[in-house]
Amino acid sequence: MRELSEHILDVLYNAVEAGARRVQVSITEDLRADRLQITVTDDGRGLTAAEARKVLDPFYTTRATRHVGLGIPLLAEAARACEGDLSVHSQPGVGTTVTAWFRHSHVDRQPLGDLATTLMTILVGQPELELEYHHECDGRSFHFSTAQAREAAGDLSFSHPAVARWLREYLAEGERSIQTEGATGDE
Amino acid sequence: MSETRTLRSLDDLRRLREEAHREIRVREATGTKIIVGMGTCGIAAGAREVMRAVMDELAARNIEAHVTTVGCIGMCAQEPLVDIVQAGASRITYGKVKPEMVPRIIAEHLVQGQPVEEWVVGQTTSF
Repeated sequence: MRELSEHILDVLYNAVEAGARRVQVSITEDLRADRLQITVTDDGRGLTAAEARKVLDPFYTTRATRHVGLGIPLLAEAARACEGDLSVHSQPGVGTTVTAWFRHSHVDRQPLGDLATTLMTILVGQPELELEYHHECDGRSFHFSTAQAREAAGDLSFSHPAVARWLREYLAEGERSIQTEGATGDE
Repeated sequence: MSETRTLRSLDDLRRLREEAHREIRVREATGTKIIVGMGTCGIAAGAREVMRAVMDELAARNIEAHVTTVGCIGMCAQEPLVDIVQAGASRITYGKVKPEMVPRIIAEHLVQGQPVEEWVVGQTTSF
């Protein structure tokens, strides 16, 4: 993965595979504290305490079609390389929260990258997903919720090409509106 | 659908819905499905950019194919993978797809019905 937003996409697919219907993505860039935190919360089936410990193991997966689950270990490694770490909190029947944090200015920290295309991609693949997105950067914030967009789109699905393009452009514009010097969003 | 350049507000999305309603075309009736592999392996290989290229090309050409995603199918070395399923035809799998390959796949395979043989890595007949 070259961008943190690609890791986010991967974690979102974990949520979907866990049967999640609602997902919250929260990104906080605190430049004063030199910290970047990404949190993904889902209402999927959740993991037992033993499973939650195991998701950090690259040779663990809940899937039957292949036997290696690399997504979470890859993100954990990216975080640890930047004086950060990753935690997984989960409760069976309630959902899972994955939190990854980084030293914002760390030279090895991957850029957040193309968050707009990331969110468009998950919504094209999972048009029924209820997504709440919140990105805070140095005191400014951008919030997006599928509930508003769904109301406007009516019976037009998020996987409709014209709607997907609207989503990406709308999100890209929101992202641009909160960018400041020193923060890394789009490359 | 008319040319839509800068779509920024929820009102633009509402207008878009009205435009779509004026069209008689029914998405399901086109019978084409495009499936982009979006497992960890696919994402790491650049599947998200391929998805963006697919949606851009379909929007630009006003083609209403049904686009969806799938997790890892075990052909990780060939990612990004794109499958095209058309009614009455074999399911065709393209491997190592780059965004710049997408317009040709859509023009030749979707529009003209001729798969781009040199990029095909798999074919499943199911009819």
